[in-house]
Amino acid sequence: MSTASITEYRSGLQGAPDRFSSVLRAEWTKFRTVRGWVIGILIAALVTAGIALLDHSECGGPNGAACTSPVGPAGEAVTDSFYFVHQPLAVNGSITARMTALTAMAAGQSGLAPWTKAGIIIKASTRPGSAYAAMMLTGSHGVRMQYDYTADIAGMPGRVSAASPRWLRLTRSGDTVTGYDSADGTAWTVVGTAHLTGLPATVQAGMFATSPGTTVPGSRSLTGSSSGGALSLATGVFDHVSLRGGQAAGAWTGSGIGGGGAGFAGPGTSAGYHQAGGSLTVTGTGDIAPVVAGNGDGTPVEQLLTGVFGGLIAVIVVAAMFMTAEYRRGLIRVTLAASPRRGRVLAAKAVVIGSVSFLAGLAGAVVALAAGEPLLRSNGNYILPVSTLTDVRVMAGTAALVAVTAILAVALGALLRSSAAAITIAITVVVLPYLLGQTVLPAGAADWVLRITPAAAFAIQQTTPQYPQVTASYTPAQGYFPLAPWAGFAVLCAYAALALGLAVVILRRRDA
Amino acid sequence: MTSFAAAASAPASPAGSPAWLTFRDALHAEWTKLRTVPGTIWLLGGVVVATAALGAVADAATRCAAAAAACQVDPARTSLTGIYLSQAVVVILAVLTVGNEYGTGMIRLTLTAVPRRTTVLAAKAAVLTVLVLAAGTIAIAAAILAGQLILPGHGFTAAHGYPALSPADGPVLRAACGSVVYLGLIGLLSLGAAAALRDTAAATGVVLGLLFLFPIIAMVAGPDGDRHLQQIGPMTAGMAIEDTTGLRGLPIAPWAGLGVLAAWAAVSLVAGWLVLRRRDA
Repeated sequence: MSTASITEYRSGLQGAPDRFSSVLRAEWTKFRTVRGWVIGILIAALVTAGIALLDHSECGGPNGAACTSPVGPAGEAVTDSFYFVHQPLAVNGSITARMTALTAMAAGQSGLAPWTKAGIIIKASTRPGSAYAAMMLTGSHGVRMQYDYTADIAGMPGRVSAASPRWLRLTRSGDTVTGYDSADGTAWTVVGTAHLTGLPATVQAGMFATSPGTTVPGSRSLTGSSSGGALSLATGVFDHVSLRGGQAAGAWTGSGIGGGGAGFAGPGTSAGYHQAGGSLTVTGTGDIAPVVAGNGDGTPVEQLLTGVFGGLIAVIVVAAMFMTAEYRRGLIRVTLAASPRRGRVLAAKAVVIGSVSFLAGLAGAVVALAAGEPLLRSNGNYILPVSTLTDVRVMAGTAALVAVTAILAVALGALLRSSAAAITIAITVVVLPYLLGQTVLPAGAADWVLRITPAAAFAIQQTTPQYPQVTASYTPAQGYFPLAPWAGFAVLCAYAALALGLAVVILRRRDA
Repeated sequence: MTSFAAAASAPASPAGSPAWLTFRDALHAEWTKLRTVPGTIWLLGGVVVATAALGAVADAATRCAAAAAACQVDPARTSLTGIYLSQAVVVILAVLTVGNEYGTGMIRLTLTAVPRRTTVLAAKAAVLTVLVLAAGTIAIAAAILAGQLILPGHGFTAAHGYPALSPADGPVLRAACGSVVYLGLIGLLSLGAAAALRDTAAATGVVLGLLFLFPIIAMVAGPDGDRHLQQIGPMTAGMAIEDTTGLRGLPIAPWAGLGVLAAWAAVSLVAGWLVLRRRDA
């Protein structure tokens, strides 16, 4: 019997290095080997895409009007209807006029809307949607310079009257149009300068009048939104009209642009113009403005992404189980023994479920838009055109929204260790506020709910911007969110980061 | 677990056979289980707080400056807005009643003690319903009280054509009692789904999806589809019971709507019962 010392047994195997990549690989293996979770994520993608195909909205324009809009120089849908009294204008020239009155009639009474407009305008052609720059008087926003539908610059404030007239001037030099206003016709102030790319050599210059109808708020459903209300007819009175750079002894021509020549039956109540002595009176209806969702007949493209709510619920269920199943089966003890740095485990879970959800959301959103748009068009709907960049933002943003929501659900699962509670809370804070804001709460409360809850993130799907110079009901029910797209998304990210941070602290402190 | 076994077997098994267990014993067992789980009392409290708090917020956010016809606001429905939130708490409670047993393996012990599976499900449903109805009654009473206190200050006065919100008023009484029943039916729907799916997470997702997705999809389904989806959705139809004004324009009448929800709950319970009877636990 020798007294040889017993050497302590040491395994010849190398322990797996405790690197983030190995933890990540472990979590990915857990995810992909549970069939129910993989099916859940696939269901999320399918539901996101599938509900778009159920969209059976039909265009319901007033009087069965065709649902289409002219497109402005920047590619956005625009309303371009007004009464135009015009003459050709050469490459260099100017138009000046004095306005002494702006009135409007709607259904037999004064219908002066805040953005009833009349003034002088230089426009590429009489085609609706062509480039323009205009100096105008408005119902209650004073003198404005507006150009190319979306730009709006304030000039002299106050209302016009015979005692306090307004002088307006537009000068053209090539593609550049400058607007001036004046109270007396001698001291001129520059209001703004517009660069209208691609103006033809000969453009149309003259006077215009237009007034949006009195709108009634659309119904609460996204599809039933209709722009009803009474037609309003604006009348502007001009004198001291002078045109430089026009044809010698040119005569004025009156045209109703884009339906802006409509009017009421009866004398003195239809669109048109007449000259008497030195003064010229122009009457017209419509608006020169970008189309906003809920005001026109266009369908915003994000309506096709309604299916994301179904996808979100499936992703939340899978993401919460990804964490809570560890507790139910006791696997968490093995997981933490293999990788004792607990924050790292949670980070790996967040990365795995976030990436998988992002891909599912992206696939769902891309298919929803690609398949849904032709379907909507075939039903006679007009989809409001958006830039490619906006399209990408909507699709990638939707995918990111799904991914961050999944991370929120994982964090809630780690905090609560109960799948029922984690899933319910995640769905209640992400989906329910949106539903309440759309259907139940009054507009003011809906705005607040969509500011402070994670549901603010749905702002990332909004494609139609809000314009202060267009009167419309900018409410969540019409698809307008109180926060800017990325700001709304940041709210969700902040909640997810907070939950994940708390989950790391709790996971470190508590027994598993 | 031990206290449950004692409670279930001690009083009523003179011959030592579980077959002697009566429905009362099964009820007692379920009551003991639900009572001794720490989450139950918090969840029931959550039902009351969620209903009253969100209702009060909705009351405070709603104003009516003109006559009733111009406002188009239903004061009873506004006061009961909290149901949107508290039903989610009821879903958690109901799903856990069954789901926890499958999660922990307790279900095998339960079915050993009470082999009649119909009895087990009925006892669970009865205990859950009583608890939810009790919490729901307090919750709805609190929400109506909040409405009575807040709404008159926000223009909901007799001068604007709104009588005071009072349970003595027939439609308001229907809305209040119906909302309590609504919560009870949501509990049964969730219980059935949990028994059918035997998984807490899947059941929670499915029930909340059923509740919330119908109204969201209805928004894009076109005018006809919109109405049909609101008629068949368990939440949209069931909540018709809360309407007290403008009944003619509704997609579905109040009691018919609650009937739709009851049908959903019945289908779900039958599915749960079939799964419980047919499959191994």
